[in-house]
Amino acid sequence: MSAEAAILPGRGGLFGGLSDTFWRRPKLFVFLLLLPAALWLGIVYLGSLFALLLQSFFHIDDFSGLVVHEFTLKTYAELFKPQNFDIIVRTASMAAMVTIASAIVAVPIAYVAARYAKRRWKALFYLAVMLPLWSSYLVKVYAWKLVLAKEGIITWVFEQLHISPALDAILAIPVIGGNSLSFSFIGTFLVFLYIWLPYMILPIQAAVERVPVNLIDASADLGAHPLATFRHVIFPLALPGIVAGSIFTFSLTLGDYIIPQIVGNGRLFIGQVVYTQQGTAGNIPLAAAFTVVPIVIMGLYLWGARRMGAFDAL
Amino acid sequence: MTAAVSLQKVSRHFGLVKAMDEVDLEIVPGEFFAMLGPSGSGKTTCLRLIAGFDQPSSGHIEIFGETAEGVPPYRRNVNTVFQDYALFPHLNVIQNVAFSLMLKKVAKAERLKQAAAALETVKLGGYGERRPGQLSGGQRQRVALARAIVNRPKVLLLDEPLGALDLKLRESMQEELKALQKSLGITFIFVTHDQGEALSMADRVAVFNDGKVQQIGTPEEIYKRPQSRFVADFVGSSNVLAPDFVQSILGVRRWASLRPEAIHVMAAGTSASRMTGTIVTRSYLGAVVRLLIDLNGTSLHASVPSSEAVPGEGEKVTLGFAKDAIHLMENEK
Repeated sequence: MSAEAAILPGRGGLFGGLSDTFWRRPKLFVFLLLLPAALWLGIVYLGSLFALLLQSFFHIDDFSGLVVHEFTLKTYAELFKPQNFDIIVRTASMAAMVTIASAIVAVPIAYVAARYAKRRWKALFYLAVMLPLWSSYLVKVYAWKLVLAKEGIITWVFEQLHISPALDAILAIPVIGGNSLSFSFIGTFLVFLYIWLPYMILPIQAAVERVPVNLIDASADLGAHPLATFRHVIFPLALPGIVAGSIFTFSLTLGDYIIPQIVGNGRLFIGQVVYTQQGTAGNIPLAAAFTVVPIVIMGLYLWGARRMGAFDAL
Repeated sequence: MTAAVSLQKVSRHFGLVKAMDEVDLEIVPGEFFAMLGPSGSGKTTCLRLIAGFDQPSSGHIEIFGETAEGVPPYRRNVNTVFQDYALFPHLNVIQNVAFSLMLKKVAKAERLKQAAAALETVKLGGYGERRPGQLSGGQRQRVALARAIVNRPKVLLLDEPLGALDLKLRESMQEELKALQKSLGITFIFVTHDQGEALSMADRVAVFNDGKVQQIGTPEEIYKRPQSRFVADFVGSSNVLAPDFVQSILGVRRWASLRPEAIHVMAAGTSASRMTGTIVTRSYLGAVVRLLIDLNGTSLHASVPSSEAVPGEGEKVTLGFAKDAIHLMENEK
């Protein structure tokens, strides 16, 4: 005679006891899952961010160069001095242009990847988009400096095609032009576009992939030619992905301080100012105030996107 | 008269799979036509070819006399109600319904008026401002219907439109659809795997299997005179009688069908009939009781009105049926 199996067998042991406890108290389990991220984001990250923001309400004594720990908006007023405001406008317009250009480049490739690429082609797509992210950021930027240099391949291609005057004409444009591409605003723009493009492609691809095929059939069925289907169905449904991607490209461009230092015409961006003000200049309040600028711009941007219904399809 | 939709030797192959194999169909203008078959039988492929979402591998399709091959769906005066409705989630109900009018650049006030009227037709007046996500399955179904008829298409295609609804709702929608089709006078082509639905709604039914049309006819013809074992089995849940069995009764070696309600079940010994069997299972279905009877190795289904005294499982019974209730089939498959 064999022993009958128990109806409610106990698992026993530490893990058995733990899993039973979690099963009975799911909220405790959720709390434990959230704890590491909450500690990291809540205390380490948000805490230090607020400590930094607090600094922006102090000011530096012009005579002694010491931080005066009194509440004041003087430092914020400094942001609106022409030389500082120029930097803000320059950085924000660069971020906006990089974002728009990456969206224009990303939408078609993300669409093809989501709609037409299957299996091996899809793997190839992911590899092609992600591969640049595997190599060092600095290596890529310096590689671009060589590509864009006067002796670089772009100049060479223009020469071979006998259209060098076109390149010279572009470089002769004031503000965005320069000595060579690697010393111009256009060069900075091209490198930003290259570096942040994957962050735009991936969210759009994910968004387009979630658009059910039968919505596209339905649109065609109701009389929409492919362009109308794109405009009235695919684009609105991919918009949350485009907004998500633009948050990356926009904020990453706003905060970057290395690319404009290596490729560009020497005019400053917000990131570079924050770097020099808190380092060599020792003006931490001004650095903090500059840091607030991208946060405010992003806040306004998200608020506007929400108002325009970018997240309605979520 | 020109056919509303005409398919001539239409095939659609996916690699080695013949989803449709030389299908011929003539659909009369203004009729309610059902395409019935199990999943994978080619009925949905056939619908997609008529809508223009897919192109035939060979053969010829005409819609009201005009060649349809190579014409994209957005240039066909044919609209579709999709199986899972395919409503645009980013638009509200009235914008969904007015979508085709917007594309035609109908003035805004006019298209909202027409869309509201279409919603009224499907009894969803006043729901225009809602989002598809806020509606129940039955309501979404109606929105999909309103969106498809707002354009007054020549042909309306319905791809298992009632499949996701519960039984009660499905029955009332069946009646409404039929009434709607009568009042609009549009040709309806209805795809379903539910034989009850096809028989109750359609003027004519085409039964599909393995990419071929097995039989086309009125519901009564299909039900009473199935031409093949497949149709007998799939449509009527008829008893399919093997040639040996038929020979013992009629003296001809042919496959035949016998409807369950044509069999009289009597208590053993109360009749002169030689056919005695044993009841294997007994299922109470409300109006009728369905019996599975073992007759010396042949299984037969019989359905008996539940108002009669019905014998229980394991009991011996005598069976009787009129000889002309046995329908000989032309097709051996």
